[in-house]
Amino acid sequence: MSTNDLVLIGFFIFVVSGLLGLELITKVPSLLHTPLMSGTNFIHGIVVIGAITIAATVNDTLAGVVAVIAVFLGTLNVVGGWVVTDRMLSMFKGGGRQAARPAAVEPAGTTPAPEGKS
Amino acid sequence: MIAVAASSSTGLPPAWALLCYILAITLFARGIKLLTSPRTAVLGNRVAGLGMLLAIGVTLGLLHVGWAYIVPAAAIGAVIGATWALRVPMTAMPQMVAMFNGMGGGAAALVALGDFHRLTAGGATLGLIDSGTILLSCLIGSISFAGSMIAFAKLQEIMTGTPITWPLQHEINGVWLLGLLVIGSIIMATGGGGVLMIVFFAGALILGVMAVLPVGGADMPVIISLLNAFTGVAAAVTGFVIGNYSLVVAGALVGASGSILTLLMSRAMNRPISNVLFGAFGKVAEGVGGGAAAVAHAVRPTTAEDLAVLLSYAQQVIFVPGYGLAVARAQHEVKELADQLKARGVRVLYAIHPVAGRMPGHMNVLLAEADVPYDELKEMDSVNPEFPRTDVAVVIGANDVVNPAALNDPKSPIWGMPILRADQAKTVVVLKRSMRPGFAGIENELFYHDNTLMLFGDAKDSVTKLIAEVKQQAAA
Repeated sequence: MSTNDLVLIGFFIFVVSGLLGLELITKVPSLLHTPLMSGTNFIHGIVVIGAITIAATVNDTLAGVVAVIAVFLGTLNVVGGWVVTDRMLSMFKGGGRQAARPAAVEPAGTTPAPEGKS
Repeated sequence: MIAVAASSSTGLPPAWALLCYILAITLFARGIKLLTSPRTAVLGNRVAGLGMLLAIGVTLGLLHVGWAYIVPAAAIGAVIGATWALRVPMTAMPQMVAMFNGMGGGAAALVALGDFHRLTAGGATLGLIDSGTILLSCLIGSISFAGSMIAFAKLQEIMTGTPITWPLQHEINGVWLLGLLVIGSIIMATGGGGVLMIVFFAGALILGVMAVLPVGGADMPVIISLLNAFTGVAAAVTGFVIGNYSLVVAGALVGASGSILTLLMSRAMNRPISNVLFGAFGKVAEGVGGGAAAVAHAVRPTTAEDLAVLLSYAQQVIFVPGYGLAVARAQHEVKELADQLKARGVRVLYAIHPVAGRMPGHMNVLLAEADVPYDELKEMDSVNPEFPRTDVAVVIGANDVVNPAALNDPKSPIWGMPILRADQAKTVVVLKRSMRPGFAGIENELFYHDNTLMLFGDAKDSVTKLIAEVKQQAAA
């Protein structure tokens, strides 16, 4: 196949994937807007694969440095994005079940969780 | 396999790798779907994470050269990314998302630059397709990177959150973009030009900065979501650059779902996306000023002592949290105050506006962190009927989401935005640092209403004082 054919196939794939992306997001409760943004933010970190590919194929110091920085930025996007999303979502863990439970009566004067540093 | 790498934009990877990439893509799509429901969201992120591990693993397996540089760079990126993401306070999440988004955009731009340098090495000229895709991913990636950094700086309050505008702004941006397109066409026509490529890259960065500067802080969530979609498209175009369809699919998925999410968000704020981009929200308001009528009245300040009495003898209290709560990190104190009041038999609810804070869902996350029971968090539509039978509505660091101008003043920039009807409560208490207008820069007539009391000071200090005073009430 020529480069042209591959690009045309790529374009076809791009459009179909875009349509799939539009269908995936329909009704999203507003409390999930931020985690969803953060989750998709992590997924576009896949650009790191491009960085790895370039870093592995350059044979020139300048391009090598540029590619290695790209690998660094890409992994920051992937790992940081994933961890932030996971942290956000873990806050909601059991939220649904908690709602179903009869409201627990809190004893008066409970101290807040020992976190909040100033 | 190395042959594949050497001609990265002209060949397909071997069948086993393609199958692994297809599996990875399936996991991404499934992950996004699972992320849209509260019950499955945690799983969704993990499923997508598995897909990412697979995709990166396969790529490293295909290209077993250059590991000596790639692995350390990736390891450093991973450690910094994870540490940062784990240590950042939940209040700073929005700017964290902006930061990581920018990193992805920057990576896309650098991949384009690196590939340009590789393909033009030794004076070779580029084909139209190669140069076109390289320019496009460089352009979108750079705008996303620079724009995200400005969004980060605004949210982190390194720079002012109010819109920064100058005369003929949109015209200048338009001409600038046109100039970039001209430079790009020259690069495409000549199939090379290292210096021009650097100029193009720098120009695209500057365009990213100029595009986000006029956007007000209140609109930042929408902009970050839009830039997120942008980076998705940049990743997809990078897929064309390096000839890897898994990037095309994943990038297009994010580009499309991110665009829909952006629309959902701007709809929740009742702000057409074109207004967000070009409206310089808040700047307009200073001129028009919904505050004209308000100047006639004075605000009524109160003390923690008086307020404690008011709260202690209330039947029902609704807390209306906003960004000020996030800034002051007062969620634990608010929870403690609520517990004190509940112990006295007061019914306590939290009214969550869809865009309270700087991200939709921001308040839910913060209050969940403080262990506020899920069933006390009420969304706008279910809590609004409660306000008329509420004794005290305590507005903590919220402003625009309770501004009645959205209902009464057709000239207000937030006209038509659905608001929390805190103004209908018997008494409204506003905890606020100063009379400074909110993030959107609009005056709030609610502060001047006859049933509104103001408690000035840092939200955390104020609530801490309130807790002490309420305890005294209980002891008395």
